[in-house]
Amino acid sequence: MIGRFGKFGGQYVPETIMSALIELENEFYKAMKDENFINDYKYYLKEYSGRPTPLYYAENLSKRLGGAKIYLKREDLNHTGAHKINNVLGQILLARRMGKKKVIAETGAGQHGVATATGAAMFDMECEIFMGEEDIKRQSLNVFRMKLLGAKVTPVKTGTGTLKDAVNEAIRNWVTNIDDTFYVMGSVVGPHPYPMMVRDFQRIIGDEAREQIISKENRLPDYIVACVGGGSNSMGIFYPFINDSSVKLIGVEAAGLGIDTDKHAATMAKGSIGVLHGMMTYLLQDDDGQIMPVYSISAGLDYPGVGPEHSYLKDSGRAQYVYATDEEALSAFMDLSQIEGIIPALESAHAVAYAMKLASKLSKDNIIIVNLSGRGDKDVNTVANVLGVEL
Amino acid sequence: MSTLNNEINAVVSMNRIDKKFYELKQKGLKAMIPFITAGDPSLDVTVELVFKMEEGGADIIEIGIPYSDPLADGPIIQASSTRALKNGTKIDNIMDAVKKIRQKSEIPLVYLVYYNSIFKYGIERFVNEAKESGIDGLIIPDLPLEERKDIKEISEKYGIYLIPLVAPTSKERIKNICESGKGFVYCVSTKGVTGIRNSIETDIKEYMRIVSEYTNMPKAIGFGISGPDMAKRFAPYCDGIIVGSAIVKMINDSRSKEEIYDNVKKFIYSIKEAI
Repeated sequence: MIGRFGKFGGQYVPETIMSALIELENEFYKAMKDENFINDYKYYLKEYSGRPTPLYYAENLSKRLGGAKIYLKREDLNHTGAHKINNVLGQILLARRMGKKKVIAETGAGQHGVATATGAAMFDMECEIFMGEEDIKRQSLNVFRMKLLGAKVTPVKTGTGTLKDAVNEAIRNWVTNIDDTFYVMGSVVGPHPYPMMVRDFQRIIGDEAREQIISKENRLPDYIVACVGGGSNSMGIFYPFINDSSVKLIGVEAAGLGIDTDKHAATMAKGSIGVLHGMMTYLLQDDDGQIMPVYSISAGLDYPGVGPEHSYLKDSGRAQYVYATDEEALSAFMDLSQIEGIIPALESAHAVAYAMKLASKLSKDNIIIVNLSGRGDKDVNTVANVLGVEL
Repeated sequence: MSTLNNEINAVVSMNRIDKKFYELKQKGLKAMIPFITAGDPSLDVTVELVFKMEEGGADIIEIGIPYSDPLADGPIIQASSTRALKNGTKIDNIMDAVKKIRQKSEIPLVYLVYYNSIFKYGIERFVNEAKESGIDGLIIPDLPLEERKDIKEISEKYGIYLIPLVAPTSKERIKNICESGKGFVYCVSTKGVTGIRNSIETDIKEYMRIVSEYTNMPKAIGFGISGPDMAKRFAPYCDGIIVGSAIVKMINDSRSKEEIYDNVKKFIYSIKEAI
């Protein structure tokens, strides 16, 4: 079925949006067949964002753990500090092609908001970012960055005041301004065609990683490990390896204070199937289908759903979903900073935490690629707080 | 004689919604369709309010099932949902409240319900229990034509109506949307979410002309209707007027149950008079 990954995905949205989604889908297909569009996209990835990002052999960390070789796909070295810009450049170029003058976006940790504000600044578009009140408090640095870039940041006070509510509010704004506004969705979530489109704009991560590992090791990796909130960095790196059955794909969710507490965001581990933000997917919800509050130390993983293609990969068994707690992520955050001199985003630290556990159980012949989706500068305040350090 | 009997039989076995629009048409009247959120401020008030609204002149009543993430709703109904959920309102209890209404009233009742509430409860279980309780139709604001297949089959099996929704952006989609639904067409007045608006920028006359080209079903206009004046302006172009946020706000602004019943009943009456 069109717009579905097995039973997942779909378009569960108000009728007002349907014609815009159909137009978006058609324009996306046309653009992806247009050589000029693809060339523009690749040009900006290279010249503006600095791609390709390195695939770095984390030799110190690998040797310390004494197991598998760990490679880091350095998405943190992108312009704006995370993988989010890959997708934003694609969508903003599409918006420009469709003649839209205004973009809106939701953001959790603020990385997607910063990336969208950046793209909008460069392409001279009006930009409004919806961000949960709680996230605004946690990520004040990114809020200021967005404002510096000329974006309007609209606080979302409804619900839990986090990413989920920011998506609701962005969709409500889109329904109201459907004629002139392009909604730049930040992850592989939402109604079709967003999950597919965002994946296709993020697959550059996996395409590069595949070439790079073959050129360095002359073979494919045994494991790919990436964190999963909505799931765009993980889908981006997984997708080009989907048909390589020897490569195990592992998504790491945020277990917060533990998956048996009520403070976590482990949708795959504890969720059930439902409909949110226009898609059918796994969700953290109660028996009446009310979406439950979620928690993680990292604002970017603090989401009660997951991209529908991930739900499909889980059910089909092609990918495996595990989790790391706040404590494990923090410990990996410190380790990577001190052993490799790389301060990872707290989101990415979840992937690093699991990869470290995994590597030590494997032999030196094994290879793990970890998607280091973002840098940790935005998180230093949070970490200092936890450590009881005053800045 | 036999034709008349057939007609009478048809009316008797009709869904309450069809019957209501048939009766209104005979009298040359328009339907007044109020919305309230179940459980705000309490389910007891919800039940009593249905009776008061019927006394005030309401023709069909929309009962909103509160949802944590109401995408199609503006701040007033969002806040109302949040209050209802904080009160512990559950779908089971709403079904029971509807049964209580049905013991005393034959007014057509429809649920305004987001799809996840139905899906998670179990589509068949939900439709069956809704029908058993006395619900006549379902309005699902986040379930466009493309996603209606599963619930369409089940609702037809149980004889509950799926109310189709069209928007000013629907255009040529209107035909298929209307053919897939029953009861009346919910015509969303404007691009946007629910709420009280001072004016609606859509050319309602032209919009309703287009909708009428595609369907003979009764047409009700909703979203943004603030009170009798606006209702009066739209009434000539449709068969019913839906008012939600203005009533929900009035309920929340009232200081006692008696004040709620009194204010809402008067407001309903003023709109019914205007249309």
